[in-house]
Amino acid sequence: MKRTESLITWYGELTTRRHLLKRGGLFLVPGLLWLMLFLVLPSLVLVVVSFVTRGAYGELEWVFTIENYKRLAGFTLFGWTADYLLILWRSIVVAMVTTLISVVLSYPLCFFIAARSERNRYMWLTLVMIPFWTNMVIRAYAWFFILSPEMPFAKLAALLGCIPDGAPLYPNAFAVYLGMISMFIPFVTLPLYAGVERLDWSLVEAAQDLYASRIRVFTQAILPQTMPGLSVGIIFTFFPAMGMFVVPDLLGGAKYMLVGNLIQQQFGTSRDWPFGAAVSMGLMVLTMIGLQIYRRKGKEIQVV
Amino acid sequence: MIQKEKLTHPIHEGLTVKHICKQFGTVKALDDVSLTVEPGEFFTLLGPSGCGKTTLLRIIAGLEMADSGRIFSGGKEITRLPAMKRQVNTVFQSYALFPHLTIYENVAFGLRSRKFPEDEIRKRVDRRLEMLDLGAMAQRYHHQLSGGQKQRVALARALVNEPDVLLLDEPMSALDARLRAQVQEDLRRLQRKLGLTFILVTHDQAEALVCSDRLAVMRDGRVIQTGIPEVVYDNPQDSFVAKFLGAANLISCTKVPGGVQTDFGFLSLESEPPWQEGMVAIRPEWIRIGEQQPECNGIRAKVTEIVYRGSSFDLWLEPGHLRVRTSSYRRIDPGREVWLELAPEELVILKDEAN
Amino acid sequence: MRRNHPLIIAVSYLTVVFLYLPLAGVAVFSVNEARRGTVWEGFTLKWYAKLFQNEWIMEAAWNTLLLAVISTIVATILGTILAIAIDRFPWKRRTSNYLDIILHIPVVIPDIILAASLVVAFGLLRVVSSIFEPGLLNMIIGHITFQIAFVALVVRSRLVAIGREVEEAARDLFASNWYLLRKVMFPLLMPGIFAGAMLAFTLSLDDFVISFFTAGPDSQTLPLFIYAAVRRGVTPQIHALSTLIMLVTVVLVVTTERITRR
Repeated sequence: MKRTESLITWYGELTTRRHLLKRGGLFLVPGLLWLMLFLVLPSLVLVVVSFVTRGAYGELEWVFTIENYKRLAGFTLFGWTADYLLILWRSIVVAMVTTLISVVLSYPLCFFIAARSERNRYMWLTLVMIPFWTNMVIRAYAWFFILSPEMPFAKLAALLGCIPDGAPLYPNAFAVYLGMISMFIPFVTLPLYAGVERLDWSLVEAAQDLYASRIRVFTQAILPQTMPGLSVGIIFTFFPAMGMFVVPDLLGGAKYMLVGNLIQQQFGTSRDWPFGAAVSMGLMVLTMIGLQIYRRKGKEIQVV
Repeated sequence: MIQKEKLTHPIHEGLTVKHICKQFGTVKALDDVSLTVEPGEFFTLLGPSGCGKTTLLRIIAGLEMADSGRIFSGGKEITRLPAMKRQVNTVFQSYALFPHLTIYENVAFGLRSRKFPEDEIRKRVDRRLEMLDLGAMAQRYHHQLSGGQKQRVALARALVNEPDVLLLDEPMSALDARLRAQVQEDLRRLQRKLGLTFILVTHDQAEALVCSDRLAVMRDGRVIQTGIPEVVYDNPQDSFVAKFLGAANLISCTKVPGGVQTDFGFLSLESEPPWQEGMVAIRPEWIRIGEQQPECNGIRAKVTEIVYRGSSFDLWLEPGHLRVRTSSYRRIDPGREVWLELAPEELVILKDEAN
Repeated sequence: MRRNHPLIIAVSYLTVVFLYLPLAGVAVFSVNEARRGTVWEGFTLKWYAKLFQNEWIMEAAWNTLLLAVISTIVATILGTILAIAIDRFPWKRRTSNYLDIILHIPVVIPDIILAASLVVAFGLLRVVSSIFEPGLLNMIIGHITFQIAFVALVVRSRLVAIGREVEEAARDLFASNWYLLRKVMFPLLMPGIFAGAMLAFTLSLDDFVISFFTAGPDSQTLPLFIYAAVRRGVTPQIHALSTLIMLVTVVLVVTTERITRR
């Protein structure tokens, strides 16, 4: 018998590696081709476009330049300005604060749900899940409505002299934070809950016996055990929050612009694709840096 | 006619593996393993985890391919047959029952996939379910069964195919200790009744001794010793087998004329050891204990510790950290001096040399 | 059962109130008689009835549904095959790392970047063919692109959970490729595929950014409609529409949970 390639078994099937990889390739083609065509390729196109010039009517002129990035860094015809960098910085701060507050509120909520009886636990979880799945335009709109001048909150604020009479409680940073935090709490709570539910309370009790300090009990016993769920929650919150544009658009307006709005503006009213692409690249780079820092830190935490 | 019969090679009807080697990365899982299992035999592969016993089982099942070597079963070579074409069935360690199928459909699976007629399937499945006391469970799902029941379903699912060889991969590891002893005996009885070839993989020496007609002790991908349980137990080849199968006192010693010299004196042996310095072994229950000095191989020793074991006592003695097991109830206080007799016919010369 | 500190209980209740207060406000005023303002003028369902007479809204609803259904079907098929391809073949570690990264890109990056790159890519493709004009087709393509990854991740985790032994047992019991696929893998994978499809469907209904960037004049969806309407002012009709979408979400969430928990 002629033997050209050694036989292997794979999930109980007797076959050869080459045969398997051929079949695997066949399975890979449709999905991968799609992602290449509509995810990877467009991303590369975006990179290229960020280096070309905008024509007079918003069309692309294939003259390569780094002008878009210079503009993002604040260099204009009239000298240097921090406007765009400030927007990027603000996006990072908003994303960080949103993530932090969502985490701080999610821990008690998770402990609370975990302590319910089985039936009630399911109900409370569903209660968190519904906003999670509710369309964000609707949720942003709901805040828009609640903070509108006719509603008691704005009236109260006007009474206290925070805002002029008959004005809404937006657009401002406060409204953006309210909207963002309520938007992302479920994004932290749901993955975190999976960790809290499986928490080994004997470790927590041992820690309570040993250290007594609440902070140390949390950092030594609870945090490491819930880390995997928390990681997912943070990733699902921080990065989308950085690119969010519905909430700042409705509740922040021009007063509290985030990078998402800036990008949208370039592709919308300004019709400046190259600059929009450059800003997108800026956001992309921030995301990558964030992920990288996160992976490093994540490793450290796991080692400890 | 006579000539033709002579020409025909007498083919072994049981299972034979020859020179099987298997490597995972840099780890040699199996290193030139050869075995023969007689038809209708209960054969056990015994060894610590990582010794390659499960890999060997998987190779026989066709779930793993050997790098080299050949396998024969029922008089045919099956080395390059896929699992689905081998008349070999497996009881998996986790049982691997199909969670979406009823117990009945689980057991019927092997017959259905070979397109047996429906009435034949029903007859065979019902018979197996009855035999293993699962008749009432037929329409349940696996998550509704206890551990022991799941194990019996896995057994029924394999047996219904009437395989040439039934492979059992640590089938009792998920059961609690009390149930395990019961199941071991049941399994032994079942195998006798059916007369099928069973190959059991286990790391539990008691299980191996209870169940097997013959067993093979494995270590680091090699078969160290094969034989019927009593023989292997009485005559372990080396210190590993001696320690792995039951408790044994290992005594390092140097060869002298007529016997060996040990830390606590001269011991005479029945035969000459093959080494200059090496080891002899004696089972705790074979050491006789008494007040008078025996004629031969007597040792004066001091009792240091007594361990009560229900049906027997273990005494620890100095010198030499010897363990003696005695069934007679006779209060011996720690600190007392006694005479031990390590009779020459009970001393086993082990193969391994001192290093 | 562990007892909670009163502070934990208080914070939990406040958090849930915080989540629901705006939504509840919208729901309450969607059944208020008054056209404007916060004065309660009596219960009515007329705003809901008006929704169904509004041609624009009906068309947007139809578009939303069409978009979700088509993209979910395609993404579920592609994602399932992709998950099998990634999990069930002996890829080199490097290859599977790359595949893993590609699969996680749509999950991790802000959706506005995906939206921006699609706008640019479609913009350039328009030179080749007019089917890449902004509109429903572009939206479907955009939705499928992020849905595939989610479906593949869900199905893959199911594949991992099924494990190797059940398949080996089936082979050991004489199952051929086709028999194994039909009688073991498909039934076992079904809950995963279903969960993936439900996730994809909900993600499509939830999406705003991708739709906003790729939509054309004739492919208004409900979220786009609401977004545009808000700028023109808050009306009870928008309240009613939002509440209705919320209710659909609740039904979807609860049924999905019920089915996948079994």
